Amino acid sequence: MTELLSIVFAPGFFTSEPVRTAAVIGAAAAIVSGVVGVFTVIRGQSFAGHSLADVSSAGGAAAFLLGINPLLGFLGMSVLAATSMELVRVDRASERDLVTGIVTGAGLGLAALLFYLDVTTSSTTGATVTVMFGSMFAIPASIVPLALIVGIGALAAVGMLYRPLLLCSLDPDLAAVQGVPVRLIGLLHLIVVALAVALAAITVGAVLSTGLLIGPAAIALHLARRPGLAVLTAAAIGVAATWGGILIAYDSYEWTGGHGWPVSFCIVALIFVAYVVIAQARPTRVRPVLGTARTGVASAG
Amino acid sequence: MLARGEILAVRQASVSLSGRSILKDIDFALEMGEFCGLIGSNGSGKTTLLRTILGFVAPSSGSVSFDGGSKSASVGYVPQKFSLDPYMPIRARDLVALGLDGNRLGLPLPSRGRWQKVDEMLEAVEATPFADQRIGSLSGGQQQRVLIAHALVRRPRLLLLDEPLANLDMRSVAGIVALLRRLSREFQITVLLSAHDMNPLLSVMDRVVYLAHGRAASGTTDAVVRTDVLSQLYGYHIDVVRVHGRVLVVAAEAEGDALAAIERDPVHVAQIP
Ligand SMILES: Nc1ncnc2c1ncn2[C@@H]1O[C@H](COP(=O)(O)OP(=O)(O)OP(=O)(O)O)[C@@H](O)[C@H]1O
Ligand SMILES: [Mg+2]
Repeated sequence: MTELLSIVFAPGFFTSEPVRTAAVIGAAAAIVSGVVGVFTVIRGQSFAGHSLADVSSAGGAAAFLLGINPLLGFLGMSVLAATSMELVRVDRASERDLVTGIVTGAGLGLAALLFYLDVTTSSTTGATVTVMFGSMFAIPASIVPLALIVGIGALAAVGMLYRPLLLCSLDPDLAAVQGVPVRLIGLLHLIVVALAVALAAITVGAVLSTGLLIGPAAIALHLARRPGLAVLTAAAIGVAATWGGILIAYDSYEWTGGHGWPVSFCIVALIFVAYVVIAQARPTRVRPVLGTARTGVASAG
Repeated sequence: MLARGEILAVRQASVSLSGRSILKDIDFALEMGEFCGLIGSNGSGKTTLLRTILGFVAPSSGSVSFDGGSKSASVGYVPQKFSLDPYMPIRARDLVALGLDGNRLGLPLPSRGRWQKVDEMLEAVEATPFADQRIGSLSGGQQQRVLIAHALVRRPRLLLLDEPLANLDMRSVAGIVALLRRLSREFQITVLLSAHDMNPLLSVMDRVVYLAHGRAASGTTDAVVRTDVLSQLYGYHIDVVRVHGRVLVVAAEAEGDALAAIERDPVHVAQIP
């Protein structure tokens, strides 16, 4: 029994300070991302979520350059991008995608400049990899308090907005009739997405934070039939994938001769596998009638 | 702008969309507890008028006045179009519950009273059998019932329904119309319901607003659904025929303007048995 445990949990796992920090911040990021992600998916704003992730990388790069807390950098840029996207008034969904695309382009351009400056001033490419793809076992423990404050703040906001946000996400007209300020709710939703993305950027990196935002939520939509349950399921799946990924990455030092696999890869891979399995097991989508008719007969006979 | 007893007044309202004039000088008022049909064929402007009353569209001239009373969400609305992906995690009962308190902040605390109201409403629109299914997976008619329950559950002062009967079978049409009439009486709810066929509403309407070519005639059914009034509204001769308790609105001669009208308003022709 103890032998099995020591195979699953490689020596030092539970006593390692970096593992503990990664587990705490990772869980916070996963919970916030999962909870907010359900609304983002219902609203069809996955692209906006990904855009915030991309733009936040410029903040991460700036934080490196200035030597400040990277979470502050991610937060600053993602909240700025969220606000500017929502403040442009659009009438059509296609227009919204356009604005999102333009903000993304500008943000990534800024990131390119800042990364270039990072490299030329500190002559290291480490910053780029860390900002983009995360470096979970290198998160300074000093980030934990701010991360927890941001996480709790984001969850409190979703809790407050829960019903109006859900109604707006289902049908803005129905919400407006009930006196819900639809545009304000849209802005607040995207700001909370920005908080989730910034937290996730610290852990799995700016680019991969989309995986944590959309993946668990998408899986939860397949599993849960009611909104509250979907939110809890998404958070649980996110935490499970994050802790599982941390464990696999930690153990991987054993079998890769001390190099190890990036934690972010392990987390996102787990989410991807889970999504494929669940989506296969529960086909809720309509299959083309004509295309499958013949195979249907064949397999029945 | 509201006279005594009136809850809604649309005064000389004109509406343009994308530079096109859609409604011209619409003028009518509804009294507390009235049941009013908004009748017109496809494209006559029913949805546009309802959205103007809701404040989603601003009239280019004229005004809309509404007395919301002391309630915070005093209007109920059943949109003509509602679509949600079938895998969205929202059951029929969740949407009805949001009709009750979707504008409140904070998490919904577990409350028996809340779900009891929701269950009663679902029962009333005969939606209980599919109350626990995801809305996106329901049929059009089933969704319509859930939307009606969503709009009615908070007992609004004014209820606007955009073609709520369009997806229902004949038996269900009679059931829903009777339910709306009963609730309207019971709770003094003023109902404005759009439809392209007025026949299911004939026995319950206190008033009709008849739309054609962007203009409206309004009054009691007997005062509006008449050969002379509708001919003037359409701008060419129209016959109003009553057979077996049904009203048929037909263009007299299938010639010239009238022929064009039939092509534009196929519903009226389709009513000929
Ligand atoms: N956004 C818009 N821009 C320009 N024209 C519009 C717009 N929306 C509607 N219209 C036009 O306004 C007219 C009235 O449309 P409306 O949807 O109000 O009709 P309706 O009576 O509800 O029809 P239906 O019975 O088909 O629902 C139509 O001719 C339509 O083409
Ligand atoms: Mg319409």
